[in-house]
This record gives sequence, C-alpha cells and structure tokens, in this order.
Amino acid sequence: MHELSIAQSIVEIVLQHMPKEEGVSVRSVRLSLGAMAGVVPDSLEFCFGAITEGTPLEGARLEIEHVPLRAHCNSCGADGDIEPTLFVCRACGGTSLTVLSGREMQVRDIEIEEKEGVR
Amino acid sequence: MSVITIERKVLEKNDVLAGQNRSLFKQHGIFAINVVSSPGAGKTSLLERTLGHLAGRLSVAVIEGDVQTDLDAQRVAQYNVPAVQIVTAGGCHLEANLVHDALANFDLSNVRLLIIENVGNLVCPSNYDLGEAMKVVVASTTEGDDKPLKYPGMFRNSSVLIINKIDLLPYVNCDIAALRANALRINPSLSVFETSCTTGAGIPAWSDWLIARTEAGGA
Repeated sequence: MHELSIAQSIVEIVLQHMPKEEGVSVRSVRLSLGAMAGVVPDSLEFCFGAITEGTPLEGARLEIEHVPLRAHCNSCGADGDIEPTLFVCRACGGTSLTVLSGREMQVRDIEIEEKEGVR
Repeated sequence: MSVITIERKVLEKNDVLAGQNRSLFKQHGIFAINVVSSPGAGKTSLLERTLGHLAGRLSVAVIEGDVQTDLDAQRVAQYNVPAVQIVTAGGCHLEANLVHDALANFDLSNVRLLIIENVGNLVCPSNYDLGEAMKVVVASTTEGDDKPLKYPGMFRNSSVLIINKIDLLPYVNCDIAALRANALRINPSLSVFETSCTTGAGIPAWSDWLIARTEAGGA
C-alpha cells in the first residue's frame, strides 16, 4: 500500500509545473503506468482523490494510460507482450528476455483551466 | 483550457537521492545490499546468522527498516556491528532519503559491506531504489512455492534468492524444486542459496559469497 505516497509524489510534480496564478485549476492528470509498476490503479485513484481535496487539483481526473509488459527475446529476436507471471517469449518460448516496457510510472501532462475574469 | 506537458517520472526524486547514495557507496568502496521479503520470512534471523559468520572477516554495517520498534536493531547490535534503525511509522517500504539520513550515523570509511533490511513487504520495496548494488529476496519454505509467480516484480528485480527455513521442508507443503523453477522462470539470472537459520545450513556458502562479492567491489 504505497499508493498514497505515489499519489503525493504525483501531486508534488503537478504543483511544480502548474501556473502559479490564482484561479487556475487542474482538470486532469495523465499518467502512464506499467503493468509491472507494482501499483494498484483503483487504489491510486482513491488516494489521489483523497489527497487533492482543498488543493488546486481538487476534482481533477487521474487518467491512467496502461503500458503493457513488453520484452525483447534474446533467443529469437522477437519483441512482444509477455505475461508478468510467465516470463517467456510468446514466439519461441525463450526465457532470456530484456524488458522493453512495463515498469513506467510517469506524469505525462496536465489539462488546466483558468477561471474567466481572473486573468 | 490548455495542456501542459510534464513527462516526469513519479519517483524521480527518490531515484536522484538513490543515485547520491550509490555515489557515496562507490566513493567509500562499500558493497550495499537491500534485503527484501514478506514479513516473517526470516530476514533478521538470516542477518544474525550471517553476521555471526562474518565476524572478524568483514566490516559490516546494518540499516534496519521496520514499521515500528527498534527490536531488530537491538538484535543486530549484539553482534558488535554498527546498526541504525529506521522506523517508518506506517510506511510500507524504505525510501532513498531515509537511507541517506541513516548513513550519517556510520563512519563510512570503515564499512565494506552495508546490509539494508527493508520493511517486510514483497510489493512496495521493489519500486524504490535505495542506491544498493543489488536486491536480495528471501523466500521461506512456509510461504509455499508459488511466491515468485505472485510477486514477479520483486523476484525480477532481485539478483539473489535465498530460500530460508529449509529445515521445515518435511512439515510444510512446499516443493523446493518448484520454488526454484518458478523463481528462475521470472528471473533466470538469480543466484540461489538455500539456508536454515535454525541448523545453520547454507549460511557459510551465502556468507562466503558475500565476502567474495564485497572484495570484488560488488561487481
């Protein structure tokens, strides 16, 4: 259950990047999340909602882009999706794999809204 | 309405601090390992047995991570090694900044091997780099042989697997060959040791390996 500290890190990063003027609020935060990032999306969304109350991020949607676990097979050279519980190449059954993606946890971008008349 | 591009890793701050820890270890020639497992797999008992075997052969320092109490640091301190307890007060894993702060308690020029015992948890610690040279995952026979399949992230990110409590094999439903095979399926490059902290089996082989790796500069 480290989703709360992950959510806090996301909020910190967003606050560093959003305009400092008053009346600016965040509508959505886009996050890429790997299948093997070790984070439970539902739990992260819950924590995100809870800790953004009373901040410029209150009510913001957390849009999670799921990144599949992909690997390069060192035996047959194929690149493909693999099962996290079964580290084998789907093409040849090889087990010597180099992970290409699936561990990501990155804030991609945010959508912000300026209240009318404030600027 | 407008979009602001950010493209930053969520754990960037931790990764930067872990990098600083890693530089510090390199500068002082310290081999640092991050020991992880589920609660009760026997990390502290393994540590005690290992320290007993390393006594007089290698200068070791220990960082203990727990949610509460300094009981583990007290156990370790009996072996006359510098030990610091980090109490996370609810936190389910150690982070690089906690380790960085703990390092201030040691005379690093006198440390060759640093053993960091993480909080018992097979999920969260796999995300947080502490600056260690490698993770060592401990799985005990009482947990069954399917742990690697249930927690692939941790087994994939570790370099060593220690199968502990092998003295209990006659009494538990654990096929040690299957446990090994499951772990190696997730991570074929794992070095595997089998130990019992009750009988002491496997402790010399594991300790000697630690000495060899420390002397090789953790490479």
